[in-house]
Amino acid sequence: MTLVFVRGVFLASCLSLLGAVASAEEAYPPDMADRVQACTPCHGEQGKGTNDPYFPRLAGKPAGYLYNQLEAFKSGRRKYPPMNYLLAFLTDDYLRQFAAYFADQRPALPEKPPTDASAAVLDQGHALVTQGDLDRSIPACVSCHGGSLTGQEPGIPGLLGLRASYISAQLGGWRYGTRTATAPDCMQLVAGRLTEDDVRAVAAYLANQAQPADPAPSATGSYSLPFACGSQPEKGRTP
Amino acid sequence: MSARFRFSTALVVSSMLAIAATLVPAVAQSPQSGDVVKKGEYLARAGDCVACHTAPEGKLFAGGRPMPTPFGRLYTSNITPHVETGIGNWSADDFYKTMHSGRFPDGGLLYPAMPFGSYTKVTRDDSDAIFAYLKTIAPVRQTNRPHDLQFPYNNRSLILGWRTLFFNEGEFKPDPKQSDEWNRGAYLVEGLGHCGMCHTPINALGGSRESEAFQGGLIPMQDWYAPSLTSNKEAGLGDWSIEEISDLLQKGISTRGAVYGPMAEVVYNSLQYMTDEDTRAMAIYLKSIAQDEPSPPKPSVRTEEASLLISLGKTVYDKHCASCHGAEGEGKPPHYPPLAGNQSIQMESAVNGIRMVLNGGYPPATAKNPMPHGMPPFAVTLSDDEVAAVASYIRTAWGNRGTPVSAAEANKLRSAPLQ
Repeated sequence: MTLVFVRGVFLASCLSLLGAVASAEEAYPPDMADRVQACTPCHGEQGKGTNDPYFPRLAGKPAGYLYNQLEAFKSGRRKYPPMNYLLAFLTDDYLRQFAAYFADQRPALPEKPPTDASAAVLDQGHALVTQGDLDRSIPACVSCHGGSLTGQEPGIPGLLGLRASYISAQLGGWRYGTRTATAPDCMQLVAGRLTEDDVRAVAAYLANQAQPADPAPSATGSYSLPFACGSQPEKGRTP
Repeated sequence: MSARFRFSTALVVSSMLAIAATLVPAVAQSPQSGDVVKKGEYLARAGDCVACHTAPEGKLFAGGRPMPTPFGRLYTSNITPHVETGIGNWSADDFYKTMHSGRFPDGGLLYPAMPFGSYTKVTRDDSDAIFAYLKTIAPVRQTNRPHDLQFPYNNRSLILGWRTLFFNEGEFKPDPKQSDEWNRGAYLVEGLGHCGMCHTPINALGGSRESEAFQGGLIPMQDWYAPSLTSNKEAGLGDWSIEEISDLLQKGISTRGAVYGPMAEVVYNSLQYMTDEDTRAMAIYLKSIAQDEPSPPKPSVRTEEASLLISLGKTVYDKHCASCHGAEGEGKPPHYPPLAGNQSIQMESAVNGIRMVLNGGYPPATAKNPMPHGMPPFAVTLSDDEVAAVASYIRTAWGNRGTPVSAAEANKLRSAPLQ
């Protein structure tokens, strides 16, 4: 097994010589799926999600975002006791491998569940997601999470394949300060400007979107951010 | 070998520094004092000081970690060398008095959450080395947070009574009839390792008696059962090989079983750093104290109910567990522990087995097992009946001699703290 792993690292080094972005610390062993079995009851095989509305899909989210969350659960910054407990005694290097593994997975999005939101609510969600609300200084979701909402490397997550209840719980967590990210916490700024109705509309709209043609996150720097974000540092901009 | 390698690297670095030091006036530090600091750092690992004296996301050794106890909440203290808020003004005598006698420099009494009942066995030399090490870490200005204890436990004079009942002051006395290795192991286990803090039963007064040393008990506030180290029916290691015990302590996994729950913390922060020699010494001592054979526990679940449970349990096991732990509970050691013949599953207390089914868990990532395999949590996917059934099945199948457990026991542990 060590041999296989060493070979993986070796391959990764060759790839990086060829100009690919793989780095040794992100190389994970071929049996990584076995090592992350503890994640599957809640997040599904390959992190594709389950029918349970409270557990998010992990597959295909940018590795930087996934690592930030794993690290936040490990340190207790992001509070969810079953996750805090599972990760408490794993190393940062190993958590980077978890993140790289789930970022590489591309299982199909789940069937989108039937929505119980009205057309008016979905319209309000559509407007906020694609245009934002200038009068209230709310940027559109697409301005950071990408035009196809599949996220942006390295730190901004995709928003598709998640259930409305999960999205509204996370936006609620940000509004009330129970979920935070590295300062400056741009998402807290945005969520703080949303009303409960906005949250309901955005969550319903996002959960109702179909599989995009290309599920991969946008490349780093594809979209310049409206605010400085601690988890997505940009060149020439001090967070 | 890796320790030696690190040491030689350190030598190279220090000679380079010595060359550089001709240009910059540096604080003179004799090689001898450097060795003492290294030794102190190692012993501080052995004592697992970091686990309590560093808060989550906090600065190293700056304290402030909340320690829930049945009597209220304690906050650990700042042991960085900060003059005003840490132990910067302490002398080596002061530090020894705290470790050995459980008293602050001004004579005040420490709460026994600080394991001075074990640390009292530490030698003066070792205490001085730990103190020398603590003096070298970065001082942090962080005022100690007052404890939040309920009446009457907020009255420190009560500690005097506790001390009379449970505290035996005195350094470790080697047993001349035993080998040096055994004595070294005993010193580490009983002293700095403070294993007795969890593995000795704690009574309603928060004390433990020497006569019951290492007999196991439920850890207050955590709802994990710390198994007896003296009974081969529990975590007694009498029929384990020295290599198996050493692996468990140092790697966190072995061909017989893995550590989890609070013991994963101990391996992660402390035991993985012990040298091969010290690990072996502890293994020899631990193997030697495991002997007795308590009478088999009596089932608390009625027989008809138990047979139904066990048949449902087999169905759950075949579906969710057998792919890793094997159709006959043989496991795929060391990453997937065997369940057949595994002591921790057959103990009278079923708490740990039920919690593993509910919460899953990773053994700690250690230098010798950096990428552990984890057990999935089944709290969400299995009902109380199914959890009880599968726990009953693994406790009784394949010649295991545990007893069935009820759905009520499984349900109760759903709310157990996960910290």
